[in-house]
Amino acid sequence: MHASARLHALHTILSREIRRIMRIWGQTLVPPAITMLLYFVIFGNLVGSRIGEMGGMRYIDYIVPGLIMMSVIQNSYGNIVSSFFGSKFGRYVEEMLVSPMPPWVILTGYVLGALARGLMVGAIVLVIAMFFTRIQIHHVWITLSTFVLTATVFALAGFINAVYAKKFDDISIVPTFVLTPLTYLGGVFYSVDLLPDFWEAVSHANPILYMVNAFRYGLLGTTDVDLRIAYAVMVGFTVVLAFVSLRLLTKGVGMRS
Amino acid sequence: MAVPALAVRDLQKTYANGVAALKGIELEVAEGDFFALLGPNGAGKSTLIGITTTLVNPSAGWVEVFGHCVQRDRERALALLGVVPQEFNFNQFETPLEILVNQAGFHGIPRKLARERAEKYLRELQLWDKHAVPSRTLSGGMKRRLMIARAMVNEPRLLILDEPTAGVDIEIRRSMWKFVSAINAAGTTVILTTHYLEEAEQLCRNVAIIDRGRIVEHTTVKQLIAKLDVETFVFDAAAELPAALPEIPGVALARVDGSTFEATMGRAHDLNSVFAALTGAGITINSMRNKANRLEELFVRLVEGNKAA
Repeated sequence: MHASARLHALHTILSREIRRIMRIWGQTLVPPAITMLLYFVIFGNLVGSRIGEMGGMRYIDYIVPGLIMMSVIQNSYGNIVSSFFGSKFGRYVEEMLVSPMPPWVILTGYVLGALARGLMVGAIVLVIAMFFTRIQIHHVWITLSTFVLTATVFALAGFINAVYAKKFDDISIVPTFVLTPLTYLGGVFYSVDLLPDFWEAVSHANPILYMVNAFRYGLLGTTDVDLRIAYAVMVGFTVVLAFVSLRLLTKGVGMRS
Repeated sequence: MAVPALAVRDLQKTYANGVAALKGIELEVAEGDFFALLGPNGAGKSTLIGITTTLVNPSAGWVEVFGHCVQRDRERALALLGVVPQEFNFNQFETPLEILVNQAGFHGIPRKLARERAEKYLRELQLWDKHAVPSRTLSGGMKRRLMIARAMVNEPRLLILDEPTAGVDIEIRRSMWKFVSAINAAGTTVILTTHYLEEAEQLCRNVAIIDRGRIVEHTTVKQLIAKLDVETFVFDAAAELPAALPEIPGVALARVDGSTFEATMGRAHDLNSVFAALTGAGITINSMRNKANRLEELFVRLVEGNKAA
């Protein structure tokens, strides 16, 4: 397959993923909007007004980056895990496996699809946030690069989950028992500086903490972590998970006999 | 020497559960052929097709499509291949047009050309009226035709059809065969597996019979049929048959019901002597037909023979 053919193939997967997101918008775009609206109303407005300041700013401002990251993480992961597992379950993954597309094109197409959903949901959450507060982006490139890297990490993680999943239950275990706790403990709603030393140290083992704080720095200019470490964590996870995903796809684990 | 459309070399497959599905298959299909791959359920046909399409990893040996090894030169080999699997494997929420355009896209075909080809094949397979409806709403026969259209969208040089007419009514089956015959006449090599052996007899020039992971016969359909030395006819008598059927040298008669019986005889045996003996015994024949398809007869014999061996 020459370069332009690969580009057409990539475009095909990406546009198929976007059509899927739009076709089932009631499942892909509306729930995060409602959930985040409730977070802003309850934690931001009602509870936040009593908390006062955090990290030197209004509490509602402080949680905006974390809530956007939370949506991006959950939706990029959820998009790829449900879409790719669905294609395995319905066996139409075979359409791609019997085509001359190289595995990296398939993987990139699905990751871009997950990024697209992350971007859509992130934008929706940002628009909702605008009803409650005013956000000025401090560092555009840090904001964008953190978004892309975080969405990529969780898209790849979702892909690996989908490869190993054998039934629909298997695609909800990781989001429920791993992603949600790590996100809530990843500094979305609080600064880890508030924690006792021991728990603050434990929090630093949570990769989501670095992603949330790098994004918070991009949006608000404040962070609990060293940005160099944050980028090292995000790039490191991206490289390792991309390598594992590609190996699984090339070997056909869970797809070929 | 011409490169074969499909070359299979010492192909072996043992699944994780220990089942040896293929035990050293050697096979060649010439370019332009209409080739039948026959075998009972579990013989290894689908495993062979699975390996050819890379959905199954071989334990040993290899497969080449027009000289390109599917294991080592996957992209080039798969670019030349179209496959219609036994089971429906398309996204039932997508429309037929989307399914075909996507499949073309997976082959790197630009969107405009993909759409043109999708329309062409959907029209040729009488599916254009349904191009915009979710494919889950199509009938079984339409879904089968959709999979053929999808396999054709990259205009493959080798088309593999794995029991494409299973459960399809006779009218649609005939229209499908007309389409596939035209594709073959235009130069596409076709490999067909089917349980309707009369189809293989009518359509295919060459045949391989696979049983228990081995090729037990690989020849032309004509030569295979020439091996058949006996035939069975079913006779319908005009009235109730006598208590004892007449004895006819070289012919074995067996009663089926009150007015029907079967006569098994050598292929060289003339039917005039049979009719003369029946008339002499006071039996008037209303109609007669071949009991079984000839290829079916041979197929059963070969498979039975392989079991005994």
